[in-house]
Amino acid sequence: MTNLIILPILIPLFTGAILILLYKQITAQRVVAMISSIATIITSWLVVQKVREDGIQSLNVSSWDAPFGITLVSDMMAALLVLTTSVIGFVCLIYSFKSIGKEREKHYYYAVFNFLLVGVNGAFTTGDIFNLFVFFEVMLMSSYVMLVLGGTKVQLRESIKYLLVNVISSALFVIAVAYLYSVVGTLNMAHISARISEISTNGMPGILSVIAVMFLIVFGLKGAIFPLYFWMPGSYAAPPIPVLALFGALLTKVGVYSITRTYTLFFYHDMDTFGLLSILALLSIIVGVIGAIAFWDMKNIVIYNIIIAVGVILYGVSVLNTASITGAINYLIHDMIIKAALFLLIGIVIYITGTSDLRKVSGLITRYPGLGWTFFIAALALAGIPPLSGFVGKLLIVQGGFEGESFVGAFIVLMSSLLVLFSIMKIFINGFWGKSRTYNGEEQAPVRFLLIAPILLVIISALYGIGSESILPYINQAADTLLDPNIYIDAVLKE
Amino acid sequence: MEIIMAFVIGILFMTATYLMLSKSLLRIIVGTGLLSHGAHLLILTMGGLKRGDAPILGGDAVSYTDPLPQALILTAIVISFGVTAFFLVLAYRSYQELGTDNVEEMRGTEKDD
Repeated sequence: MTNLIILPILIPLFTGAILILLYKQITAQRVVAMISSIATIITSWLVVQKVREDGIQSLNVSSWDAPFGITLVSDMMAALLVLTTSVIGFVCLIYSFKSIGKEREKHYYYAVFNFLLVGVNGAFTTGDIFNLFVFFEVMLMSSYVMLVLGGTKVQLRESIKYLLVNVISSALFVIAVAYLYSVVGTLNMAHISARISEISTNGMPGILSVIAVMFLIVFGLKGAIFPLYFWMPGSYAAPPIPVLALFGALLTKVGVYSITRTYTLFFYHDMDTFGLLSILALLSIIVGVIGAIAFWDMKNIVIYNIIIAVGVILYGVSVLNTASITGAINYLIHDMIIKAALFLLIGIVIYITGTSDLRKVSGLITRYPGLGWTFFIAALALAGIPPLSGFVGKLLIVQGGFEGESFVGAFIVLMSSLLVLFSIMKIFINGFWGKSRTYNGEEQAPVRFLLIAPILLVIISALYGIGSESILPYINQAADTLLDPNIYIDAVLKE
Repeated sequence: MEIIMAFVIGILFMTATYLMLSKSLLRIIVGTGLLSHGAHLLILTMGGLKRGDAPILGGDAVSYTDPLPQALILTAIVISFGVTAFFLVLAYRSYQELGTDNVEEMRGTEKDD
């Protein structure tokens, strides 16, 4: 069935539309959202299998031929990211049931939740640069609503900043697309790539390098790289936990994906821009590490860890050899899973203790051993301890760094792991060890149901690490497409 | 013609940047409006301002203007309408709740509330 790859976009879209009608019946909303979420996981799994067997899937919407209509393209990287997004969506959904509260659920929470997934899945799947902009806007508008829903003072204040930054970056995106259109005269990504290689036979013209840097600024603002990360710590600390987990796992990763896609598909003729990307990625790692060890607030520690991970992935992309690209894709998927898990776990700690200040929390492990050990495993996975999921990706990125003779970069990535481990173990040691105390006068808060979601993610993360042998063929296939744009171009333009 | 448009768009961007760096929230929103005007005019200009008929079939024109940038602008306009409407309501609501429209006073961390 050729329409298979559009289903991970259409299912959440229709679900969102139906959920608007059901806004008063909370139980019905939950059931519908749950069913659609499972359906999305199944279809995106089928897409992954289809791409594995038959190569890149492309769908010309309305059967207009490739450069003239909008083309949806699912290569292995997009398919894997859509699958990961669907899984994270499902997990955050079941966490929301218990934690988001009736008032928000009545005000279209699940509808907006589904529209966010439409935007993210669409941005991963599209093969048209302006369509990418539209899906970005779908994603961002849902994220504005999710950020402000509830209307507390801190949410209002941070939404204004988040909104302003994203309005500016969207305008820059439009400007960058306008410049690119005037140079190449097409919007289809495969066709743009083909045209750019035609005019770049003797090196890339200067104007294209400028456009490349503009795209880096636009997607860097979305993906929070140095020096464009300034909006993130404040904005991400404002919303409730399941929303924060969705944002932390998905939104910045769409920016990272877009940088990866545009740089490997369009701008691979000019290694200077890759040098710039490499420097910015390494500075992101350093800034993120400084933030992660400086704070005593649990949310802030994990938020700065997002910046570190974005830096590590983009460093892998900027080195551009087989090992580093494979590592970057591997690490990207691992990081989406583990960041969602960590935010959800911290959410449970905040639910129990009523504070996110680490100095006011201690001894949780005596009353909540399940929570404690899950957090411990998640922390080890984040730092990249061998049997768990973060190891293979980082190993390959470091290997790629050494092969590309970028020794300083590889060293910074290695050192950052140590400090990441320190920052996250700071939460474990201070929060879970030490003298046990009671919070809000209760012996034990009911956290069984809340714990299901992060445990699911940690199990997935562990399996992802242990079974990396069987996952590697998929990731290699994704890396092959990124390293050789002709595979992508041929699949879309069918020459 | 393109040169004149480039200057006009440059002035729009300049004004937008200046307004968005000011303290009052409404001036910032006016700035975002000017920024999107500039971006939309830029798409039109970069698509080429050559003479030709309006892109409607049925006449006996020899050449037409490029229809694609016009479609892109139309899409970008409605998107920025939606976002601006949301932004204005957000500004109104935060004026009610926070009691100020000065962004300098919208500082602080979660603990202050």
